[in-house]
Amino acid sequence: MRSALHAEWTKLRTLASTFWLLLAAAALTATVSAAAATATRCPSGGCPDDPTKISLTGIYLGQVVVAVLAVMTVSGEYGTGMIRLTLTACPRRITVLATKAVILTGLILATGTVAVFVSLLAGRLILPGHGIDPAHGYPALSLGDGPVLRAAVGSVLYLTLIGLFSLGTAAAVRDAAAAIGVVLGLLFLFPIIATVAGSQGAARHVQQIGPMTAGLAIQATTGLRSLPIGPWAGLGVLAAWAAGALLTGGLLLRQRDA
Amino acid sequence: MTAATLTPPRQGAAAGRDGFMHLLHAEWTKFRTVRGWVVAIAVAGLVTLLLGVYTGARSQEGCPGGPCHFTIPTGPGGEAVTDTYYFVHRPLAADGSITVRVTSLTEVMDTAMTPQGTAQTQPALVPWSKAGLIISAGAAQGSSYAAVVVTGSHGSRMQWNYTGDSPGLAGGASATSPRWLRLTRSGDVITGYDSADGTTWSMIDTVTLPGLPLTVQAGLFATSPGYTQQTSQQITGGSSGGAPTDATATFDRVNLEGGWPGNSWTGTPVNGGRSSISYPAAVAGGYHQAGGTFTVTGSGDIAPGVNGASSIDQTLAGMFIGLIAVIVVGALFITAEYRRGLIRVTLAASPRPGRVLAAKAIVLGAVTFAAGLIGAGGAILIGTPLLRANGSPIYPMTTLTEVRVIAGTAALVAVFAVFALGVGTILRRGAGTVAAVLTAVILPYLLTAAFPVLPTAAANWLLRVAPAAGFAIKQVIPQYPQVDGGYAPFQGYFPLAPWAGFAVTCGYAALALTLAAVLLRRRDA
Repeated sequence: MRSALHAEWTKLRTLASTFWLLLAAAALTATVSAAAATATRCPSGGCPDDPTKISLTGIYLGQVVVAVLAVMTVSGEYGTGMIRLTLTACPRRITVLATKAVILTGLILATGTVAVFVSLLAGRLILPGHGIDPAHGYPALSLGDGPVLRAAVGSVLYLTLIGLFSLGTAAAVRDAAAAIGVVLGLLFLFPIIATVAGSQGAARHVQQIGPMTAGLAIQATTGLRSLPIGPWAGLGVLAAWAAGALLTGGLLLRQRDA
Repeated sequence: MTAATLTPPRQGAAAGRDGFMHLLHAEWTKFRTVRGWVVAIAVAGLVTLLLGVYTGARSQEGCPGGPCHFTIPTGPGGEAVTDTYYFVHRPLAADGSITVRVTSLTEVMDTAMTPQGTAQTQPALVPWSKAGLIISAGAAQGSSYAAVVVTGSHGSRMQWNYTGDSPGLAGGASATSPRWLRLTRSGDVITGYDSADGTTWSMIDTVTLPGLPLTVQAGLFATSPGYTQQTSQQITGGSSGGAPTDATATFDRVNLEGGWPGNSWTGTPVNGGRSSISYPAAVAGGYHQAGGTFTVTGSGDIAPGVNGASSIDQTLAGMFIGLIAVIVVGALFITAEYRRGLIRVTLAASPRPGRVLAAKAIVLGAVTFAAGLIGAGGAILIGTPLLRANGSPIYPMTTLTEVRVIAGTAALVAVFAVFALGVGTILRRGAGTVAAVLTAVILPYLLTAAFPVLPTAAANWLLRVAPAAGFAIKQVIPQYPQVDGGYAPFQGYFPLAPWAGFAVTCGYAALALTLAAVLLRRRDA
């Protein structure tokens, strides 16, 4: 197991694309978050209700880069034929997938923490200049605040689970482009289907089971009652998607020829 | 010798045309022999179609005791209109004119209903409340008309046939600063004037109302559109709250000239009854005449209709599912060649890479356009009648608009596929291409319209500059500056006009293809 971990770490570490994708994930998350904070105004109808969520808007873009990184750790090997070498060296295929998951989790946790911290810092600095300040009933964003801390930690975990979900999907689909299509399709489709679900109740149900719609409930700090699903329960739904994808990917990896 | 020097260019030209047909044929063969791609494109079209049919079949408007059957009044041009006001009128059977002085226009908002059914009100400022003079073909909703009006905060204006709007003097009407209005009729030509003092008149506009009958109804009116406020944008989508408002206007110094056969005024609430979606709750309006002074109270609007109806583009949600498959195939159409090394054979067989790319774009564009046409056409042509049968009010529109939405959506799908092809040629990697294109195409639409998390200003900016701007092609209900509609992407209003948004997407595709052709020529396969 240790040698397998070391091998996977070496493979990922020595790929230039790993560094650049992680950098892009952090930079895009922070940039888009800061841009969303900059674009926020308080019109006559009142300020937007959740400054924390606005400060974390960049996660929507960051997750795409994380998904690409996760998919490439498996599909990249299929693309180059490296997978045959990997499986010859380490014939226990579940171990291969597990070590990939461990390495990926570590990398995304570290990158996600930086991205979320910078995003919240940007929100804390920018939003008061747009009327979202203590004078209007919005305390400055602080990780000492329970719901803000939940949103911050939850967003890092969200990115990690997106990575694991993508990893499992890639192991099942193998082809990189198709795997990314499946992952982003499953993330983006549920909110679109919710708009045509008919009744409000049906739309809520669709949002409760979608990996992105449920998972991002963790970012909410206000109006929890109007959420389709509770913050931690929502993250649990995404965790179930990730577990399901890893299980499917693992089983298919064990059964198929490389 | 001479012949030999003359013939090669002609042979070359013939071979060029022939060669391009061969290229097209080669690319078509490559496409149709990959079963996964053909299945993906077919599924994309089918899913779009079936989800549209499902949207129509499952829709149920919630009215007690069954589906509602609303009617939407339509104006002379066939467009949906709001036409609800209080009309104090008498017939005008020939040419003539009417002049009046407006000394006040105030509005109240209905805040609650007492148990006895009386509306409780509080003063409000309604920018587009209207009171003034109107010459109308009749008191039925959707009649042809021309009016000069004093508004809540948009000055005096001349408006006609619902969509026409010309500004007059700035400022409202009050006892200390009244506003004088005049309409003259000559056949089917109506001219509107306004004045601050009743002696110096300025013409606002002259309009022709085709088909105006000889005897028209003319007189005073008042109306005031509902007060709307966008309250929040939450994870479940935007919501808006509002309340009906009434406007009360005071008129005096009414002066009639020309052919007015009657000798008394009639008060008529113009509305569509309970079956009309523009019927305001608990407001009937009325008028009071004391000597030469008229007080008229009304609620509603005389304007193009933008609220209440749903439009046919709601049957197109399946397009987004189809689009994901189309973009994956568009990317793979070139990146698979790089992965398998086929690109070296392709470029060896046809050494002019630009033409290879053009052939690929044509094959891909044609196939995805056909799938999009079947999907969008089926969704709209089958889904819309189902929606109507279930009692959903559907925004009326011309056949041209319907054709634009169907063909435009199909073309948009094709352009997105070609965009993916261009990006795929630039990046040469399937995963990166699919991620980049889906992020540029679906994510902006998601964050602004389907799952609105961005503030409206940021959403409008994003939908102007992102490749997702092309989704404007499916917008059916236009925006009108003379109606406060809280226009936002999540309500189906795009910041760019349909073809302008489409042009932005085409620009991205053209840019990607050009860059791809240059790179393809410069670098080694």
